[in-house]
Amino acid sequence: MIAAEKDLNAVSEPGRWDVERIRRDFPVLHQTVNGKPLAYLDNAASSQVPQLVIERGTRYLREEHSNIHRGVHYLSQRATSAYEGAREKVRRFINAREARECIFVRGATEGINLVMHGYGRKFVGPGDEVVISEMEHHANIVPWQMLCEEKGARLRVIPMNDAGELLLDEYEALLNERTKIVAVTHVSNALGTVNPVKEIVRIAHARGIPVLVDGAQAAPHLPIDVRDLDCDFYAISGHKMFGPTGSGVLYGKAELLERMNPFMGGGDMIRSVTFERTIYAGLPNKFEAGTPAIASQIGLGAAIDYLNSIDRAAAYAYEQELLRYATERLSKIEGVRIIGTAREKASVISFTVENVHPHDIGTILDQEGIAIRAGHHCAQPVMQHFKIPATARASFAFYNTKEEVDRLAAAIEKVIEVFN
Amino acid sequence: MSELGELYQQVILDHNRKPRNFYEMEQATARAEGFNPLCGDQVTVYLKLDGELIKEISFVGSGCAISKAAASMMTQALKEKTKEEAEKLFEQFHRMVTGELDENSEPNELGRLKIFAGVRDYPVRVKCATLPWHTMRAALEGRETASTEDIGPDISSAHISA
Repeated sequence: MIAAEKDLNAVSEPGRWDVERIRRDFPVLHQTVNGKPLAYLDNAASSQVPQLVIERGTRYLREEHSNIHRGVHYLSQRATSAYEGAREKVRRFINAREARECIFVRGATEGINLVMHGYGRKFVGPGDEVVISEMEHHANIVPWQMLCEEKGARLRVIPMNDAGELLLDEYEALLNERTKIVAVTHVSNALGTVNPVKEIVRIAHARGIPVLVDGAQAAPHLPIDVRDLDCDFYAISGHKMFGPTGSGVLYGKAELLERMNPFMGGGDMIRSVTFERTIYAGLPNKFEAGTPAIASQIGLGAAIDYLNSIDRAAAYAYEQELLRYATERLSKIEGVRIIGTAREKASVISFTVENVHPHDIGTILDQEGIAIRAGHHCAQPVMQHFKIPATARASFAFYNTKEEVDRLAAAIEKVIEVFN
Repeated sequence: MSELGELYQQVILDHNRKPRNFYEMEQATARAEGFNPLCGDQVTVYLKLDGELIKEISFVGSGCAISKAAASMMTQALKEKTKEEAEKLFEQFHRMVTGELDENSEPNELGRLKIFAGVRDYPVRVKCATLPWHTMRAALEGRETASTEDIGPDISSAHISA
């Protein structure tokens, strides 16, 4: 691990962010779309992939590909060691106690479904309650609804205020002896709100209730320390943190994972199988039936290498500056309304333009080479809270620039001009 | 704005601002609700049928400029048309916005609806233009709902091979 990683060791000086240098690490950024330079502002949907990740995945496919965990031959051992090496990188990245607490999944959605099936279906019964929040992504709503429907349990929802902040007093009042699990997002994909998850965990734990945190939107921005948060589960999507699609992690505390049922049955998750009885494998294999996305998970390991190679504190400060600047620019445009004004936000800005549907905004911005997301962002209850059908959303990574924010603002002004 | 001219023509913007036949019809003999779950667009189409003839047609709903203008101009085009003519017009409209019909060389009855030809260059917007039509057809067939997810990939054929 190799020349590429060494090159990255001094990407930026502390406290200073050399965005032009960072942009060189992301090949996809250097293209034109509809004759204009691409401004990729859809990072909350999927972030771009640095050269290091591309090279690592390519090297795996060219030189190391084989199935893991079951071959005695050379390639299988290399693939296994790269795959398990990626798991150890994940462990350090989120500060888990043990690598076996890091289950490889396709993404946060699969991680949440794993907990719903493995924990929920075993421990939630009729009359029990599951607590989620009003700002959840559908991935952290629908599985729990399915569980409640199956078990005759009740879904309770932590409300939020009009800034897009959860009401912690109301949250506390929702908890009772029937509450079996709390599932909340660390950062809202639709609003950008950073939730006080450590406090949310503390309040639940005071009543002995486990907490799942959906970390899909947090991992690309914030340092993650699952032991400091003391959460019981934490779900991550690799493709939102500069890794490949199909990669992701569900962290779970070992003692909980041990007590849970497997999610899927199949190869690699067993100790022994007879027609009378199957004995499951230990962690993490118990939850990793079938051949996993080996190349993708190794790519996630490389994305973590990349994040470790940059000054993440400086990256975060830079993103916050982009957010502040974009908020200021967009607020000055008449007819623009920013949805989500929490005190603590990640670099996500949802907005509407008076009398213009977000899809029309998205199409016109695309003509300007600007990629944003338009729609309900898989968070329809958030849209219902603000009584809007959809929003346009610009979401920034540390490789975006103030010039791109200026282009966004100019393009929005053009939208208003076309429609009025 | 030249590159957008094809899609957001003044007529479309005008129908978006001031949709025609935009009301709930109390004496409707058929109605259907259409959804695009991907974007949350929703449209309800009302019909007053006299045998085979569409005597009146109206719509309400929320959506983007393309879907609103498509619904508005559809209601204008279908008034006093027979069910069969409506089906035929939908078929031509659908083939035009998916790039299968060249409205300038093939015979058709599209008339002012040709203004939607530009949609074919925006494959993700095809469903916006066809949602009101799918909903109208659902109403004609006595179904209460239509969803863009149930009607298969409304994607411009020009872009599938690309």
